[in-house]
Amino acid sequence: MKIKLALLFGLLTIATILAGCEPLLVFDTKGPQAATISNVIWISIITMAVVVIVVVALLINMLVKYRASKQPEDYEPPHIEGNPIVEAIIVGVPVLIVAFLSVISVMSTYSVEAVPEGYEDQEPLVIYASSSDWKWHFSYPEQDIETVNYVFIPTHRPVEFRLYSHTTISSFWIPQLAGQKYAMADMVNKLNVVADVPAEMIGRNSNFNGEGFAENTFNVTSLDPDEFDSWIEDIHATAEPLTEEEFTKLLEPGHLGQMTFTGTHLDFLPAPEGEHGGHNHGSSETDQDSAGHEETNTESEHDHH
Amino acid sequence: MEFFERFAVPHPSPLIYASMVAIGLTVLAIIFGITYFKKWGYLWKEWLTTVDHKRIGIMYMISALLMLFRGGADAVMMRLQTSVPDNTFLEAQHYNEVFTTHGVVMIIFMAMAFIIGLMNFVVPLQIGARDVAFPRLNALSFWLYFAGAMLFNISFVIGGSPDAGWTNYYPLASNDFSTSVGVNYYNWALQISGLGTLMTGINFIVTIIKMRAPGMKLMKMPMFTWSALITNAIIVFAFPVLTIALIMGTLDRQFGTSLFTSTSGGMDMQWANLFWIWGHPEVYILILPAFGVYSQIISTFSGRNLYGYKSMVGSMVIISLMSFLVWAHHFFTMGHDAFTNSIFSITTMAIAVPTGIKIFNWLLTMWKGKIRFTVPMLYSVAFIPLFTIGGVTGVMLGVASADFQYHNTMFLVAHFHNVIIPGVVFAMLAGMTYWWPKMFGFMLNEKIGKWAFWFVSIGFCFSFFPMYITGLDGQARRMYTYSESTGFGPLNMLSFFGAGVMAIGFIIIVYNVLYSIKNSPRNIGDDPWDARSLEWATQTPVQEYNFAITPEVESSDAYWDHKKKGYQLFKGNIEKIHMPNNSGLPIIMAGIMLVFAFSFVFYIWAGVIVAAIAFLACLIYRSFEKDDGHYIPVSEIKETENKNGGAN
Repeated sequence: MKIKLALLFGLLTIATILAGCEPLLVFDTKGPQAATISNVIWISIITMAVVVIVVVALLINMLVKYRASKQPEDYEPPHIEGNPIVEAIIVGVPVLIVAFLSVISVMSTYSVEAVPEGYEDQEPLVIYASSSDWKWHFSYPEQDIETVNYVFIPTHRPVEFRLYSHTTISSFWIPQLAGQKYAMADMVNKLNVVADVPAEMIGRNSNFNGEGFAENTFNVTSLDPDEFDSWIEDIHATAEPLTEEEFTKLLEPGHLGQMTFTGTHLDFLPAPEGEHGGHNHGSSETDQDSAGHEETNTESEHDHH
Repeated sequence: MEFFERFAVPHPSPLIYASMVAIGLTVLAIIFGITYFKKWGYLWKEWLTTVDHKRIGIMYMISALLMLFRGGADAVMMRLQTSVPDNTFLEAQHYNEVFTTHGVVMIIFMAMAFIIGLMNFVVPLQIGARDVAFPRLNALSFWLYFAGAMLFNISFVIGGSPDAGWTNYYPLASNDFSTSVGVNYYNWALQISGLGTLMTGINFIVTIIKMRAPGMKLMKMPMFTWSALITNAIIVFAFPVLTIALIMGTLDRQFGTSLFTSTSGGMDMQWANLFWIWGHPEVYILILPAFGVYSQIISTFSGRNLYGYKSMVGSMVIISLMSFLVWAHHFFTMGHDAFTNSIFSITTMAIAVPTGIKIFNWLLTMWKGKIRFTVPMLYSVAFIPLFTIGGVTGVMLGVASADFQYHNTMFLVAHFHNVIIPGVVFAMLAGMTYWWPKMFGFMLNEKIGKWAFWFVSIGFCFSFFPMYITGLDGQARRMYTYSESTGFGPLNMLSFFGAGVMAIGFIIIVYNVLYSIKNSPRNIGDDPWDARSLEWATQTPVQEYNFAITPEVESSDAYWDHKKKGYQLFKGNIEKIHMPNNSGLPIIMAGIMLVFAFSFVFYIWAGVIVAAIAFLACLIYRSFEKDDGHYIPVSEIKETENKNGGAN
């Protein structure tokens, strides 16, 4: 038993050291949302470690003190019913711990959903991120460009990712910027992020979606706003426009490298929001009725730039 | 020929052909063996048609162990595939099928079968009953489960395995994205075994409510029986949801409806909601009986009564209610508003409180005790710290904001294996070892059992603790491979090493069974562990009628009081005993159901109709059948009791 517990602690220590030397991805944060979550994770790890240590200490105490080989041959263990004071403690302390973590959870849940503090008055950069088997399409309606499997964002500006899927449910995840959120075919989810520093990051779909799931990744680059603007200009100077025919080909199942286009697919294939939405899951203000489908055929009133 | 093309496996590989040959040879060997030793009659009379809860329990457990090895082989294959970056042992599609079947087999056909097997064997003995309330229904439950398990297991050699994960989310599981018949198999295998489980639920609730020995008030039931009662209550409320969800899935896949599609007004996340409204209570269906097993074992081997009996019962009741209020934590990331996520976050973490109460009660049961480190106790003692780690990581996952980073990662995989293996699997191994002498009349070798314990538990630590780290480092679950630059390699190799150590542990357990059959002494008496509850007051091995005289009970440790305080359990005289008759109907009905479901999977409507009519005919036959059971005469009971030395 002792060997086992020593081993257990050993592993936990290794985990801590590993986490300390070279930060794991979710602790190696590049923006305030991920930083908030990283702090929450550390708070919960420390709180929970205390619980584990108390339980293990009590267990070792019981096992060492009350093992049969240490007792006299004729020792008869007493009959003990529950004790109200003891039971109040074993209920009360966990309640306090859970209450503490509940407060943290609720506060941080609201905070990571909102635009990060200090950025509320800037207009967010809207990027539609839509998944198909097994690719990510990034549409910048404001800049009128579209990329495949990579996304550039300016630092110090709130970015609002609008997530949806052309096929199955996927989950949009850039661990160093923020937590993940589902992208589904019948509604649009919003994910607010800000990048503090210029960095190269990995993003992926984390929700299993079939054969090409493992390689369903994309690259994320955050760069200074000036460089971002010149990148946009470059694209308008060099890239080909995205046609409906071309986009239909892109949607076919498979893997593609990184691609760049001018224009967005939103012009001819709008995102499932507003009158194009299937229904919503209670998070947006649009009507629940799916009768809106009928209007999909009429000329899109989508914001063109 | 065209008719048979549908049975071809869509993604054949040498591994699958090898399995086909292996399955074929095994079946032939079994048939040949039984015929050679002329055991068909014995098998039919004593086992296949039995309605005896003890034998049904044993059959459940044998099936569960077989499934454990099937699911375990899947697990080792997955860990082997991911042990090094860019491995090519399995291709993506095959890997997807393997993790899907691993999940389904382990949860539905292994863990469920094992807990129901233990309940079958133990509960009637613990409450002093002669059988369950509806013995023939009980047999039908088992055979339906068995039919479901068989149906699921033939999928990978006939027609293809399901490949959309054990959670089977739509639209991925729809015809558009999962084109083989795999998900049809999933729907029907879970459907028929789920019906069996639902019947078990009703059966055991009635048994525990109506058939307790005189004097056994609800608050004097042994803790395992309490856990069984609450578990079965959860089953009765949760399983109908699964039934409906599976029917909806079948309608979508086989009749062209759009209930779970993302177009035509369907709602894809509706499946996720229904699945987890069943699925979350399901994990408590698994863990509560495990808690019951640990309560019995820790109390027995500490030589003490269970500390805080009332709070143990109370906490289980609270857990059972709360298990229905947390399902949305499985998809915090779906895009609920922060308010919804906050509510489910709080309810999720709140479940830790009643669970914590139980942990402390077990610790306090050891306090001032006289602890004997037998194999069942070792598993129980290891359970406490390991399950605590699994539990606290569950609380961490319950923090909604942080879940955005854990969701769909190896961190989650580590968490649920960390609760299910030390929670459920250790409990089953402990319970199996603990009640083994009652089942078979000899004990498993303690020394070999301890070796197995160390291999299984150390292997577990190596296997799953690294996943917490890779999860936080961004390794998503269900990836068949990853590139070297991710840096996931070394820790995944460590996991594979751990899986290998665990596998050796399970092989040692099998060896132990064979060794003990051959070498263990048979004269172990009725109470080899110096235990406390009523099942130990029976003869070893237990007679068909369990108790010659119905016991009268005054506490939850009735047998302990009998031994220590001289309390008389068996008052009165031996009288003739009424017992149910064996019946071949359950296995026949389950066989018909197997044909029905198999035909349905492949759209063979003629088979579906014929099987449906045959099933209905069986129901009608049963309704008009006169079967009043039989009486065992007093002389026969006396003879048996004297021959075995008699427990009273």
